[in-house]
Amino acid sequence: MTTGFHRSRGGGAHAHFEDVEARMVASMAAQIVELLRDGAPAPASRADAGDPLAEAVGLGASGPLPHPDDPVVARLLPDAYLDDAADASDFRRYTEPGLRDRKAANAAAVIASLAEAGTDLAGGLDAPGSVGDSAGVDVELDAAGVDVWLRCLTDVRLALGTRLEVDEDDEVRWELLGDDDPAKAMHDVYDWLGFVQETLLRSLG
Amino acid sequence: MRDDGEVSTAPAPAEVERPETEGFVLTQVPWVTVVWNDPVNLMSYVSWVFRSYFGHSVRKANKLMRQVHEEGRAVVSDGSREEMERDVEAMHGYGLWATLEKAST
Repeated sequence: MTTGFHRSRGGGAHAHFEDVEARMVASMAAQIVELLRDGAPAPASRADAGDPLAEAVGLGASGPLPHPDDPVVARLLPDAYLDDAADASDFRRYTEPGLRDRKAANAAAVIASLAEAGTDLAGGLDAPGSVGDSAGVDVELDAAGVDVWLRCLTDVRLALGTRLEVDEDDEVRWELLGDDDPAKAMHDVYDWLGFVQETLLRSLG
Repeated sequence: MRDDGEVSTAPAPAEVERPETEGFVLTQVPWVTVVWNDPVNLMSYVSWVFRSYFGHSVRKANKLMRQVHEEGRAVVSDGSREEMERDVEAMHGYGLWATLEKAST
């Protein structure tokens, strides 16, 4: 088992992951990329060329965007206005495409840093091997990499937490689940990612 | 609290209440960015976001983070509507649940 991230000399942080752990993180990050690129709104078309604001920001969808159907996507891209659906969807029009791109790019950068460290991504989660029987990988992050990892770990945990409907002080609920329950396995991953993120934050302090 | 050294002439009540208010604030409706508590984000992470984005000290960031956690929400910035939309977008980029609203006076 990894001991998580540690502060590197000269800034940044480093961690040693077992192969299965590295593949787990990469697999979760890949799902974030998929989640955000699926259902991404079409960019503003030439028909909107007359909209000076759309032109000024250089981004934005071709019209106001609805609240996402998927609760996970809705948590990653929440409404900016609580009581005004029109303002909320107008805000989405100008911010959602960019937020989707940046979050997907963060997740892709996490996958890239794992690949660079030697993670066998082709194997996927079903590849043979278990904790302790492999050389593992060493991940080195500079300050920008730390920022990207913290954001991506957050997005993965938000996605898992929303899917699992986690709540504060709900530990007992998970302890009562049987070991063969897929939700328990997913919650273990959620907890573990929280541990990894906490070590990364602590390495900064 | 302002101290202009003038003790002999008592200012009008309106001036006492808002001694530092400039015309800008009086003529524009101020907005605020609100961060809401959620069961997923780590307290240490929320504090880190406030330090990273707003440049707060550890002490101030922790205080705001605890307010979010204990009261369910905290106002983290104020300004024009455009500025608050920028802050909300940034908070969403960090994965915090943020909204903007008109400041309550």
